[in-house]
Amino acid sequence: MAGELVGGHQTSSVNPRITWEGCSVLLDINDGDRLVFARLSPAATLKIGDKKCSLRPLIGCPFGSLFRVETGPNGPYLERCVHSSSSGANDMGVQEGGDRQLESESKDNRALIDNNSAQNLSSEDIDAMRRDGATGDEIVEALIANSSTYENKTVFSQEKYKRRKQKKYAPKVLLRRPFTRSICEAYFKKYPNRIGFLRIDTLSLLLSFANISAYSDVLLVDMVGGLLTGAVAERLGGTGYVCNTYFGGTSHSLDIARIFNFSSEFDSRIVQASYSHLCSAESLDEEGSKMHEIDHPAGIQSIIGRESSTKCVPSTGSTQIQEAQSLRNDNSSLDEELGNTKENLSSGQEGLHENNATITYKAVNPGKQASPDAIKMWKEKGFNSLIVAAPELEVDSIVQKLIPLLSYSAPFAIYHQFLQPLATCMHKLQSSKMAIGLQISEPWLREYQVLPSRTHPQMQMSGFGGYILSGTRICNNSENCNGNQ
Amino acid sequence: MNIAEFGLSMMARFIGCSFWQIEIYLGVLLKSVTVSMLSIDPSKKNSFQRFISDGDLVIVYERHDNMKAVKVKKGSELQNRFGVFKHSDWIGKPFGSKVLSSKGGFVYILAPTPELWTLVLSHRTQILYIADISFVISYLEIVPGCVVLESGTGSGSLTTSLARAVAPSGHVHTFDFHEQRAGLARDDFERNGLSNLVTVAVRDIQGEGFPDEFQGIIDSVFLDLPQPWLAIPSAARMLKQDGVICSFSPCIEQVQRSCEALRSNFTDVRTFEVLLRTYEIQEGRIQSSDGDESYRRITHTRRKRQCISSEDNGENTDKATSIPTVMARPCQEARGHTGYLTFARLNCQ
Repeated sequence: MAGELVGGHQTSSVNPRITWEGCSVLLDINDGDRLVFARLSPAATLKIGDKKCSLRPLIGCPFGSLFRVETGPNGPYLERCVHSSSSGANDMGVQEGGDRQLESESKDNRALIDNNSAQNLSSEDIDAMRRDGATGDEIVEALIANSSTYENKTVFSQEKYKRRKQKKYAPKVLLRRPFTRSICEAYFKKYPNRIGFLRIDTLSLLLSFANISAYSDVLLVDMVGGLLTGAVAERLGGTGYVCNTYFGGTSHSLDIARIFNFSSEFDSRIVQASYSHLCSAESLDEEGSKMHEIDHPAGIQSIIGRESSTKCVPSTGSTQIQEAQSLRNDNSSLDEELGNTKENLSSGQEGLHENNATITYKAVNPGKQASPDAIKMWKEKGFNSLIVAAPELEVDSIVQKLIPLLSYSAPFAIYHQFLQPLATCMHKLQSSKMAIGLQISEPWLREYQVLPSRTHPQMQMSGFGGYILSGTRICNNSENCNGNQ
Repeated sequence: MNIAEFGLSMMARFIGCSFWQIEIYLGVLLKSVTVSMLSIDPSKKNSFQRFISDGDLVIVYERHDNMKAVKVKKGSELQNRFGVFKHSDWIGKPFGSKVLSSKGGFVYILAPTPELWTLVLSHRTQILYIADISFVISYLEIVPGCVVLESGTGSGSLTTSLARAVAPSGHVHTFDFHEQRAGLARDDFERNGLSNLVTVAVRDIQGEGFPDEFQGIIDSVFLDLPQPWLAIPSAARMLKQDGVICSFSPCIEQVQRSCEALRSNFTDVRTFEVLLRTYEIQEGRIQSSDGDESYRRITHTRRKRQCISSEDNGENTDKATSIPTVMARPCQEARGHTGYLTFARLNCQ
């Protein structure tokens, strides 16, 4: 069973491998030196060094295509090239054994002096070559031919030299698909603090510990810019729900989830509901909705600065978490949300948003409010899993409040930058006997360079990717377990 | 005897065959009613929203490092150090319940997940654990709808997680050259309700490569073979463009040869090691000694998983001057190495 069209799901639409106009892409410039997210609109351009190229040639190409910056009559442009010998084989270095191998072992750098006099081509010469229409590769060859020390270098050194020149004079652009892996890696490399230092192996662990799979209803606290939401939605494949919850009046920013190229089907599965919505009991049916609107400000509606109620939680002695920062009682948050409607993820379904205070759970930036029916179902059945990624908050009280919203035997995973809050949280969970199988894990990741005669771990390594507390919710006999015996 | 059994026995008498024969036939028909580890069909809820039924495969949790998979059967019993547990007591309770034994001990009954399954399955071969499994699935970019090839199947630890990742519309084709192990794995997938998502075949991938029928339609390939470089050319033919391959090898020499083989058709070749470090916590009390503020002692509780209750006064701590605190430190036992994970993307033509 190939599974191409099973169950009405077209694998090609779920997993598109060719770019289209307007899709978002990740551009990998010079083998990871620079990573850029871009949207392939007709007017989009990319600046490399001092050259500005249009991204139009990228539209309609398969992900994984390689492009080179070439100079043409109209200025620099991106030309698609084949991977061939330019990348793959070169990286391998010494290919055939025999003489070349022996040669490289006998050479070393004791006679090489670094005084900037080795290269005979001047920058004017290079510019002239460019004007004559020389390709980047031709320029690199010329540089090698005009270098007086090149022949004296070891083979490995020669390769490094060649690669360095290529990066400067013949830069490559690799068209990458924005997937959880590439998005997480790009952000972790460039702006790790925006994603709370959530490294890709840690993120993968969260998804596994929490048993994310199709048809799951997942409860999330995503304060890592939307990366977690996107990752979970990807694994749900357009089924189940991702419910983002927040304490207070405003939801967290989920900008990164926009980069994932989700179809409207996927988008519709990403919803949000404030914590008070999720646990308020009576006020979710028709009669109570008006009362609900006043008491529980959320999304566009009546942001009047009422205190978001946490009185529904019968927790004893839980400390106040940082709700203050999310309560805004002016119109600024309103404008901000409406201003983003153009790029709204779920635009297909929800249309424009009325700026009035009537009860409408209309889509806001990104992910619409969860419907009352959904919330009701979750209250009855509970969520299938919980992931919390709130690296700046005190997790302890959040976790105490959210775990009761899970089904029994549902797993959860809590991510944090710091160990101590998780230790405290684990201790409290043990005492309250709300969960079992508790474990605090710290993932460790090291990359290797594997080349003939040059295999070793890479010199650079990430020292830190966060901590995870995982466990499974259970039914204490002191609660009513809804058993039918 | 309940209604169902009565009905069956009447039917058996009517037809003139044995009660057991009827039950077997019906068992085959009703197979879909027992809980599956995953939801493949939105109308069938997964185990979290259901109650324990006769015939379900459940995870019995005794302690954090002691769990086992048990098939619930009315009339059966489970015996362990906590006492005797009757399966019938479990039926009808929700998953996640605490159940008691004859002498008052207890265990928890959990719904199976791929993670729990990895911890309880019978090891016929060395298996992959959650750190490697979760990284592989992310890095191979496996999402619902993908078609994945795996060799060798081994004990099915990774396969179970792959099935979850491709559900409901994708598929995992897994191959092992050992016929008996392939059969045992097939039985496990059947028991876990994964047969719709996983096909096990007996094949020597190193010698014969993958079957031609998969050419050009595969999203991801995973190799856990002694000589993966022999299978890499075939894997390259199976993958869609920009498809991803992963090879898992314990030894660096294997990795070197695999990387050489990968460089002809693949790009973005990267090799990683992934490990998990676990922490244990202890509650303690920091107290000053003899009023000397510069010297503070930490008293540990008796056992690390117990907590201090307010009435507990086991240690000679002076409550007035001691502060309760929770401390964490890495566990002494740690896994040092499992294998190297090498990933690569098929070159675009």
